[in-house]
Amino acid sequence: MSSVSLSVYLVLALILFCIGLYGALTKRNTVIVLICIELMLNAVNINLVAFAKYGAHPGITGQIFALFTITVAAAEAAVGLAALMALYRNRKTVHIDEIDSLKH
Amino acid sequence: MSGEYLAFLALALVAITGGVLMLNLTKVVHMVIALVFTFISIAGLYVLLSAEFVAVVQVLIYSGAVTIMMLFGIMLTRHQEEEGEKTTTGGFWRKALTAIAVFAFGIAVYLGVYRLDFGEEGARLHENNTEQIGMALYSHYTIPFEIASVILLVALVGAIILAKKDDEGAPKS
Repeated sequence: MSSVSLSVYLVLALILFCIGLYGALTKRNTVIVLICIELMLNAVNINLVAFAKYGAHPGITGQIFALFTITVAAAEAAVGLAALMALYRNRKTVHIDEIDSLKH
Repeated sequence: MSGEYLAFLALALVAITGGVLMLNLTKVVHMVIALVFTFISIAGLYVLLSAEFVAVVQVLIYSGAVTIMMLFGIMLTRHQEEEGEKTTTGGFWRKALTAIAVFAFGIAVYLGVYRLDFGEEGARLHENNTEQIGMALYSHYTIPFEIASVILLVALVGAIILAKKDDEGAPKS
């Protein structure tokens, strides 16, 4: 396969999504978990833009959706980081396995 | 072996390398810097997919704003970490199970997409890309556009309220 088609972009996005998912599930620092979630959202954006070019109905709509996703992801990162700051001020830790008040 | 294919290979290699480095490095700042490579090569992929405007937005928002914000988050929460501290949660078996589950998910989706091809190509996407996006955004998608501005405002105010210091009289949790 020597031409770039839809499926190679989808497979690349899948690999990035899996990396992000694994990192979000296993990393111990909460900042890294947040940025892994950003990586997963980026993989989804690749899918949207790839379908905008190679999908069943090519059009500009996929790119618009990607822009909206980027907007919401930026807002999510800001709020998540602010919540992390509040948490750090109260608990003096950013390790995700020490934030377990609900378990006890 | 077209130029597009070579460019795709190089960008995909950099993106995946950045992701794998992020998983394997030990220092938190290095992980974020590794992800910057991933974000920038994703912007290059957008250019290949004739989405120049989204590529520029990707560089501005992700490689610029989000990364700097995460670095600030790391610096503001940094405390003296002893050498050889764990960077992941759980024991070996839990990580192995997580890896197997993620891998199984990857295989399942791969079987679904690896020969997906609609045989069409949006040939006109790269002509005046920004103008097309602007026309669509201000005609078909006006209401979502305005709602996005409301979301940004709410996130701004919410982030300030969450991150500011508590008042003196506020109950300590």
